[in-house]
Amino acid sequence: MSEIFRVTRAELFKLVRRPAAWVLLATAVLLSQVFAYLIPYLGYRGGGSDMLDGSSPEEILASTLPAQLVTNTIGGFPVFAGALALVLGALMFGGEYGWGTIKTLFTQRPGRVSVLAGQVAALAVVLASSVAIMFGFGAITSTAIAVGENEPTAWPGVLDLLQGFAAGWLILLMWACLGAVLGVVLRGAALPIGLGVVWVLGIENLISAMAGSMLSALEPLRDVLPGVNAGSLVSAVIPPGMVEAPPGVSTSVDGGRALITLTAYVLVCVAVAIWSSRRRDVV
Amino acid sequence: MNAVVEAEGLTKRYGDHAVVDSISLTVHPGEVYGFLGPNGAGKTTTLRMLLGLISPSGGTATVLGERPGSAAALGRTGSLIEGPSFYPYLSGRDNLRVLATYANVRGSRIDEVLELVALSARGRDKFTTYSLGMKQRLGVAAALLQDPELVILDEPTNGLDPAGMRDMRRLVREMATGGRTVVLSSHLMSEVQQICDRVGVIDRGRMLTESAVQDLRGGGELIISATPADTARDRLTAMPEVEHVRVDEGVLRVRADDRHIADITRVLVTAGVAVSEVRRDTRQLEDVFFEMTGQSINTAKELDHV
Ligand SMILES: Nc1ncnc2c1ncn2[C@@H]1O[C@H](COP(=O)(O)OP(=O)(O)O)[C@@H](O)[C@H]1O
Ligand SMILES: [Mg+2]
Repeated sequence: MSEIFRVTRAELFKLVRRPAAWVLLATAVLLSQVFAYLIPYLGYRGGGSDMLDGSSPEEILASTLPAQLVTNTIGGFPVFAGALALVLGALMFGGEYGWGTIKTLFTQRPGRVSVLAGQVAALAVVLASSVAIMFGFGAITSTAIAVGENEPTAWPGVLDLLQGFAAGWLILLMWACLGAVLGVVLRGAALPIGLGVVWVLGIENLISAMAGSMLSALEPLRDVLPGVNAGSLVSAVIPPGMVEAPPGVSTSVDGGRALITLTAYVLVCVAVAIWSSRRRDVV
Repeated sequence: MNAVVEAEGLTKRYGDHAVVDSISLTVHPGEVYGFLGPNGAGKTTTLRMLLGLISPSGGTATVLGERPGSAAALGRTGSLIEGPSFYPYLSGRDNLRVLATYANVRGSRIDEVLELVALSARGRDKFTTYSLGMKQRLGVAAALLQDPELVILDEPTNGLDPAGMRDMRRLVREMATGGRTVVLSSHLMSEVQQICDRVGVIDRGRMLTESAVQDLRGGGELIISATPADTARDRLTAMPEVEHVRVDEGVLRVRADDRHIADITRVLVTAGVAVSEVRRDTRQLEDVFFEMTGQSINTAKELDHV
């Protein structure tokens, strides 16, 4: 156990010094700020009713207030932040193969299982911090808007916040673990990132769309997709929307099932990564 | 004394091809063991098996009495396999810090090993900015981090310039003091000859011989430049200490032990022979190698091109 803990510490040391990790976090923060706050707020200020597409300016403004903090922070997780988390997982695990550092790590005392476990733990810690940071930025921006517009500054209840935080963390962890297992199995970062992004941004949508329209036979398949379950978990923990749901947020499966599915994805990914790195040669 | 590394019939097959073919070797405590063979002979593959990085297709091995790759073995072994691999975005120091945390080594040891490999001044610079020689030295520093009983170095002088090679060889000799065992692979015969106590010669996956460097060079002839050569030959042939004398391209090639060199010179000088050079034939290990591998001289030149 203390070995896993040491690996976790070393991996955190690496991650906070890795520029790519910061670029990904900055991108996630920027995306959520722009799409959850900047664009709606500019729309509200501009007041042009045709660009608001059915929503009144009041509704648009209300969507940017602190009361909507959970929705605005994790609404983008199923797709955009998810894709970024997948890239982080692939970079963190696949990068070791690209640089050959995997052999350096695997010739230290902790065994391969401890190394993998410690790395996943570090990933989980970093993602939890990232979610907290994104909540923090959202809180600041939405409070600023509320104060500036003389609107209520009340935040969601603590329980809602915690639930939203946990859901967001689990979603990012799942995507990151998918990136990680691809990185380990394919022993590199580039291919997993390419495949992962095509999956998250393309194939998920395609299958969902087909299942939703012409091919209802695809529904069982759709309902086990990682992105669909992530979207369903988000809609289970956010208040019913006033404006259109963010991309990828759906109600295809209920919250409990989504929670189980995401957890299962995490466990399976970690198990496959450990199994693969244990039995394969490091060359 | 128990062997530090013991392998018995170690084999690695890729498909039908045995890259390492039933290799047996024994490394004794405190020695510098040279693993000598041309490129592609299977040195790296063997060392990887000893570290548990790849699993053998057959045979057995123990490292420090433990299963290769087990925590018990890795915790007492330092290694540098096929070039140094570090995180480019970290400094040399921070790279070592990562490994020190992994291995539960106190932080002050990092400065000690940086000092040992003469990298203290550049420790805070990014790994990417290092020259190949510095990268290689950082790899050695990492291998020494947990003050291991056994150090495994895979061609540590590969790609270094002559000065870098000299530094690296001195470093290897230094680290072998104090009872530490060193296993080092090389495709350079002169290198093994200079720094190793014992050598295992490998070619195309097979171990050709394993013995003390001295023994392998045994029969290594003395080359004596003397005039007149005929008188010199007659005098030397008469000496009981001298096993064999022949004249080859104007020089005498003499089979005799080092401790008789003084006598030999005195006899020649007393007989009025002018002696301009007495040296041990340094190409001997090379010759032994070619005898065993049966490789053409052209390949041979390539082997020793550095
Ligand atoms: N993963 C692998 N798959 C197939 N062949 C390999 C693999 N690794 C090494 N080889 C082959 O095994 C032989 C020995 O390689 P290696 O152990 O690296 O030799 P050396 O270190 O002595 O130069 C080479 O011919 C190499 O091409
Ligand atoms: Mg090699």
